Amino acid sequence: MILRPDLALIANNIAPGSRVLDVGCGDGALMSALRDERGADARGLEIDGENVAAAMARGLSVVQGDADTDLGYYQDDSFDYAILSQTLQTTKRPDLVIGHLLRIGRLAFVSFPNFAHWRVRTSLLWNGRMPVTRLLPVKWYETPNIHHLTIRDFRELVREKGYRIEGQWFLSGDRQTGSAKANLMAEHAVFLLRR
Amino acid sequence: MATLSPSDDIRYGLARQVTLAGPLALDCGVALSPVEFAYETYGALNADRSNTVLICHALTGDQYVASTHPVTGKQGWWTRMVGEGKPIDPARHFIVCINVLGSCMGSSGPASINPGTGAPFGMGFPVITIADMVRAQAMLLDHLGIEKLCAVVGGSMGGMQALSWPSLFPDRVKSAIVIAATARHSAQNIAFHEVGRQAIMADPNWRGGDYYGSGELPTAGLAVARMAAHITYLSEAGLTEKFGRRLQARDAKSFGFDADFQVESYLRHQGISFVDRFDANSYLYITRAMDYFDLAEDHGGSLAAAFAETKARFCVVSFDTDWLYPTAESRNIVHALNATGAQASFVELSSPFGHDAFLLDVPDLNRVVNGFLRAMEP
Repeated sequence: MILRPDLALIANNIAPGSRVLDVGCGDGALMSALRDERGADARGLEIDGENVAAAMARGLSVVQGDADTDLGYYQDDSFDYAILSQTLQTTKRPDLVIGHLLRIGRLAFVSFPNFAHWRVRTSLLWNGRMPVTRLLPVKWYETPNIHHLTIRDFRELVREKGYRIEGQWFLSGDRQTGSAKANLMAEHAVFLLRR
Repeated sequence: MATLSPSDDIRYGLARQVTLAGPLALDCGVALSPVEFAYETYGALNADRSNTVLICHALTGDQYVASTHPVTGKQGWWTRMVGEGKPIDPARHFIVCINVLGSCMGSSGPASINPGTGAPFGMGFPVITIADMVRAQAMLLDHLGIEKLCAVVGGSMGGMQALSWPSLFPDRVKSAIVIAATARHSAQNIAFHEVGRQAIMADPNWRGGDYYGSGELPTAGLAVARMAAHITYLSEAGLTEKFGRRLQARDAKSFGFDADFQVESYLRHQGISFVDRFDANSYLYITRAMDYFDLAEDHGGSLAAAFAETKARFCVVSFDTDWLYPTAESRNIVHALNATGAQASFVELSSPFGHDAFLLDVPDLNRVVNGFLRAMEP
């Protein structure tokens, strides 16, 4: 199965046999890949019932719940990795969610769409309207993305909280792009954080 | 070892009945001996005896999970889930369903003969718990030569048993499927049960539980108990959709106390048909067992501690319209499982049927159970 590029990137950077918590796991595509290809012990948290049912039908251990309210029930250090892919911008308190990720997991992968990508910037500049792009396809009033952020915003938060960046990857379309001018050129960022 | 087919072994098959010497040490302190079991098995044990699925039935359920009920003539109560091509499939699984301790379909209960007196136990039957039911099941499985369960599955009270299994026998259970259940009976749950019990005990035919030889059963009380309970199994929206305020076989209100409304007629029918197949004393004992159920209480107040020893995988399912054991109760279970690092899945499924959804047509439930069980198989 072909994984979404950011998920493939995460999967390729997870040590075999790891314990992984995928927060916002969707229908379990990444979890399946981690289980089948990396021998990972993967667990998931997902808000949408139909996605949970689909993941459970794949034989995955997925709990229906909300990253904003349910991460508190997971024990400290219970996973090697906590993953939050394309979900950070949908949470009520992204800072607290990241705090939980790095409490529950030794390491955390966080991926998000970059709101400072040039397409977003030009759309806002020339049209004066909230951008609707490939990665952010929903209009402002119905979008689940309530906390848009940029790569610079994210780096700033990491610095404030005293986390360490162990790895960072930037994507434009399906291709990786360089870290120079990432905040302008990358549609999408993946960070690997350590407490 | 060759695969056993049901016909090779008289212990396996439909409508089985066995009396084991016991004793079965009950939570109340009594040692029950002998212990009678009525049960059914479907499918065949595989060579390494690893394919057993134990199905635990609900309060008024029975062992006829996928075969015709001898009293009502109706098909098994879970043929949507159990059968050829179904998630629990006799072609793959060795399926066991045991009439629960305290019930009235052939396993030891208040209607059984007390060997000490030669008469039915009645209220002399010891008060039992959900854990006692599970220990009794384990005793029968020992007799059947089954050490490990691939899965233990149950809805409602069956879910309480399924949840208790890995806690009481952490090494015997590979997975548990807990549907529309709870880890403890709430004050509201106890309250509804108490209404039912009082209805039975207020029936003059109940005679302190000693009615078996009288020729008159406390059917009126038991019917009211069933009617009250049945309301809790349905959703308000479901009742409204099915009956609304529609009148029963009349054009106008009667200005009397007949069953004017369809919903009244329906409930009366539920009550009356129930008494043909169920024993009033069993209803008292089993509802008591459910009221006593609090898995956390048995573990120093920590539900997580109940699962500390187990390596079982859990599948917890709730229904959005179930107000008897609402989703919050299932979440409570899942939070405890997460806290112990157990492999747990949980989903709230959407259904209009209320608590009874686990027995009815909810395709997502079959999908989820099927996926979960398939993942348990090599």
